[in-house]
Amino acid sequence: MSDFPVLSALIAVPFLGAAATLWVPEQRAEAARAVGYLTTTLTLGLAGLLVWDFRAGVGGFQFVEEHRLSSTLGVSWIVGVDGYSVFLVAVTALLFLLGLVASETVTDRAKAYTFWFLLLEGTIIGVFCSLDLISFFVFWELMLVPMWFLIAGWGSAARRYAAMKFFLYTATGSAFLLAAILALGFLHRADVGELTFDLRALAAWDGPPPGTARWLFAGFMVAFAVKAPIWPLHTWLPDVHTEAPTAGSVILAGVIIKMGTYGILRFCFDLFPGAAVDAAPIMLTLAVVGILYGSVVAAMQRDAKRVIAYSSVAHMGFVVLGLFSLTVIGVGGATFTMLSHPLTTGSLFLVIGMLYERRHSRLIDDFGGVATVAPLLTGAFLVATFAGIGLPGLSGFVGEFLSLLGAFLAHRWWGVAATAGVILAAVSMLWMVRRMFGGPPRGPVASFTDLSWREAATVVPLLALSLFLGVHPRPVLQRIEPTAARTIERLTERTGRRPPAADRARAHHRPAAAGRVPAVGHGDRR
Amino acid sequence: MNARDVLDLAWLIPVLPLAGAALLFCFGRRLGEPAAGWVATGALAGAFALSVACLVALVGLEGPERSHLVRGHDWIGIGGFRSGVGFLVDPLSITWALLVTGVGSLIHLYAVGYMHGDARYGRFFATFNLFAAAMLVLVLADNFLLAFVGWEGVGLCSYLLIGHWSERPRAATAGVKAFVTNRVGDAGFLVAMFLIFGALGSLDYAVMREGAAQLPAETATAVALALFLACMGKSAQILLHLWLPDAMEGPTPVSALIHAATMVTAGVYLVCRAHPFFDRHAAAGDVVALVGALTALLAGTAALVQVDVKRVLAYSTISQLGYMFLAAGVGAYAAAVFFVVVHALYKAALFLGAGTVIHATGDTQDLRLMGGLRRYLPLTAAGFVASWLALVGVPPLSGFWAKDEVLAKALFAGEPLVFGIGLAAVFTTGLYLTREALLVFFGNERFRRPAGVPAPAHDPTVSPTVDYGTPPGPPPLDGDPHEPGPVMTLPVLVLGVGAVVGGLLNLPFRRLEVLTHWLEPAFEGVEEITAPSFAAAAAVSVVSVTVAALALALAWRLYRRGLPEVSVDPLDVRLGPLGRCFGHAWYYDEAVTAFVGGPARRAAERLDRAVDAGGIDRAVGAVAAGVVRAGAAMRALQSGFLRRYALGVLAGTVALLGYAILRAGAG
Repeated sequence: MSDFPVLSALIAVPFLGAAATLWVPEQRAEAARAVGYLTTTLTLGLAGLLVWDFRAGVGGFQFVEEHRLSSTLGVSWIVGVDGYSVFLVAVTALLFLLGLVASETVTDRAKAYTFWFLLLEGTIIGVFCSLDLISFFVFWELMLVPMWFLIAGWGSAARRYAAMKFFLYTATGSAFLLAAILALGFLHRADVGELTFDLRALAAWDGPPPGTARWLFAGFMVAFAVKAPIWPLHTWLPDVHTEAPTAGSVILAGVIIKMGTYGILRFCFDLFPGAAVDAAPIMLTLAVVGILYGSVVAAMQRDAKRVIAYSSVAHMGFVVLGLFSLTVIGVGGATFTMLSHPLTTGSLFLVIGMLYERRHSRLIDDFGGVATVAPLLTGAFLVATFAGIGLPGLSGFVGEFLSLLGAFLAHRWWGVAATAGVILAAVSMLWMVRRMFGGPPRGPVASFTDLSWREAATVVPLLALSLFLGVHPRPVLQRIEPTAARTIERLTERTGRRPPAADRARAHHRPAAAGRVPAVGHGDRR
Repeated sequence: MNARDVLDLAWLIPVLPLAGAALLFCFGRRLGEPAAGWVATGALAGAFALSVACLVALVGLEGPERSHLVRGHDWIGIGGFRSGVGFLVDPLSITWALLVTGVGSLIHLYAVGYMHGDARYGRFFATFNLFAAAMLVLVLADNFLLAFVGWEGVGLCSYLLIGHWSERPRAATAGVKAFVTNRVGDAGFLVAMFLIFGALGSLDYAVMREGAAQLPAETATAVALALFLACMGKSAQILLHLWLPDAMEGPTPVSALIHAATMVTAGVYLVCRAHPFFDRHAAAGDVVALVGALTALLAGTAALVQVDVKRVLAYSTISQLGYMFLAAGVGAYAAAVFFVVVHALYKAALFLGAGTVIHATGDTQDLRLMGGLRRYLPLTAAGFVASWLALVGVPPLSGFWAKDEVLAKALFAGEPLVFGIGLAAVFTTGLYLTREALLVFFGNERFRRPAGVPAPAHDPTVSPTVDYGTPPGPPPLDGDPHEPGPVMTLPVLVLGVGAVVGGLLNLPFRRLEVLTHWLEPAFEGVEEITAPSFAAAAAVSVVSVTVAALALALAWRLYRRGLPEVSVDPLDVRLGPLGRCFGHAWYYDEAVTAFVGGPARRAAERLDRAVDAGGIDRAVGAVAAGVVRAGAAMRALQSGFLRRYALGVLAGTVALLGYAILRAGAG
């Protein structure tokens, strides 16, 4: 197995699948769908293989493939995954399969839809696997194209406006990113004499002088902050979510916005450690503002999708908070949140999509009393809601708790302020649940059908996974930890900062049990 | 099997009801009525049997040895943080476990009858069992993080069960209010955990017991106050109490189990468990004791003139919880636990009795439409009356001993202010509960509908709750009320007997303080509060009994004959404007609601409109517009340029990829 280029295959399969749909006759929607299912299933299988073979306890990159494409341009095909990206690839593969199931209701131009959908999958996986800055940027930019077509082609009323807003926002950010990448490459060549965009080589280099590094850091950060989105660059997200088709929202909230925080983690910390440490207080402040602001504004929305969009802004605030705590605990928590948020928010968008198909409205006030007529649908939404607002036992809590703990250890008052966010998150989400699901069934709601098997097939896997990760996060945390520890160690070495004492792993002093150790509960004894 | 082998099975105590919940969530509807109820009751009764076995095993060990750790797997671990799933069986945790499983089983049994005919019978028992499991995790956990899992779990079940009849707008809103108010406290719990981990490097109780004493005073006090914020939410202490009266929208067994006997005492448990943070630092303890005393008094006044049978009991619960914190705050932890235990018995009996009355009078909760029910519901009346007398502190019933001990400890700990407030609260207690008991079971019959008056229409979406100030509706019944079957009378009677004899657990005489001695290992290092002399202790008893007796006599005088005129409440009339103030619970809830719905809401809206749409978006829009104007017309960009750009990027990338694949193949 070891020689099989699994990452290249993971990227190539969706592209090939997309290409294959071009041969499908226009009116054969089911054939296009079959190609879609085949492709996404195969991708998910490969991703499963990747997770299965991923070795715990290793901080560096695994499954690395390296091929020089052009020495003069310094461009290479370098792919690899570590504790940060391996699960993001897996969750991407999962969401695309489920998203396709949820797209069964898309009957208009199914062939084109499948084509763009598969293309999107390939570019996103490419983003998460690329270790060469140029190929990273190519995938990063390329992602915009299928996303634009999906929104503009299958979105709702104001889709053109939303697609344009999305495009302008992110393309502007990307311009800064490209400039910074090129500048970094050429500065490296001036210093070392070799033109390369290999992340590993650039990270090993001492880096540009601090002043320049700060500018380049800012260039990267603008692109990533737009994508994440970090307050105040978030205003594209609610509009795009509202107009995007269901699967588009799922993918957007699930994985596309994770590309922003992933970028910070992958590039900003390794390439510009000094600037990252200097920027930490600013970023923490923006994170806290985002957490509080996102939840407050979410509570004021009348469109259900906008509520979830703003709550995503708050969630990404927790991720940024964890990242810039610059602690192993916080970075680990942030990475875990990046994994959990797709499951919970994905489920929420799926259920909202189901409600939309029943009522043809997303306005909260058009609903009321859904709990009485559709208990299973309500149950799914409730589980996702509570997973999202950090109920222990579901996946959201683990990441949120660790992010907050990390922030508290590093900067006490930021941690305390952000903790107030857990109150506001409950307000905005539960108030929406109250208005949509509580009370007597109103008008057309009375004739709602409950969850169908196809619908259950889309949300149940996500919720089950959320429950599993909430109860048993260890397999994931164990694989994130070495990578996070490596990042923080590098930061410490390069900048001389002192991380909080409690962050360091130490011999855990748990007193000897009075009794013997029995096998409890979940039977994990590895 | 030796004692430790038995104690190793303690993990099954929460797992049994958890399994019951899982089973019922999946197959509850198929099992239907009454099988689902029996499964849930059986699962909890099994947990009770196991708790008893653990108790016997603990008793079999020597005093200082009475602690047993059952370790499970690690839960969350990264960097320097490690926390696992482990259960600590010691006198404190097993006392609560017995309470939850014992009283819980009886209330489950009662619910088998009470929930008869409910459309969501299976789901009700699934959630009820889940609650028991979460509560047991909370009390048996060996570390703060796992306790927090239980803490949030009971909050979730409380939310779900308050909103059980979600088609009632009031019930659905009340659930949200409960959860959100509790979240304020939960934030305190989180901060406390961050502080503890930062200071001690672990969230295990064992580490706390060794390390808390060495902490600087300000850290320990900060931890204590953050934890107490959590307790104020969960145990409905003043400022964060406003969710509990609304929580009465849930089915009455829920009110009995969750919002009276067990969940709301979780805060008391937490203070007892984390006592090393409270012990040596007077400031934190003073805050706890004072908040507790004020809660006891103010909630007591709010209970005085309520007209809803469950609302009186709700404010009574808040008031009684205040006593528990009063005790814990002055360092009399064993007295607090004693109070928790007897309160669980008599308050559960009162709620279950109230539930029976509500059923018997056709879903009426209005005290003004009851009266004279002892003739029709003799068994329920017996249980209710015993619990009433116990709660108001009539010697020698359980409440007398518990309240007396709390007040005495407060006085002898050198807290005369707290003692005084507590004593004043005794008067309100005697008054409000006697009023309720007399209005329900004694006096004139006010529930009979005269011939010719049509029955009021029944609307399932309207809550039967009666707010203070609403005029009484038409009388509900045209026949006689009936006593329900033994499934519902037996629990009331058993709990009533408990309310009578519960004092035996901890009589204030050297050798008879069974509970205090039993709990000693858990409160190691806590200074004991002793009375200066027997005479002083006796004097406190005499004073508190006299106050209670005065209140009883006053209520007897006012309500002996019931309400000759249904819409005129003699106490309310005599209190005048103060009565309105009490009836509206000092207008606190109204003020908070007005603030949240008014200025807070407007500020949030302004944030949305002005900052998000107006400020940021317009700024970004201006930049974008500038870019667009500089480049090409918007339309051209939309229709042509973007696609060309996209295709260009696509083509370039495909070429690049193709090249890469070729190179890879060649290399």
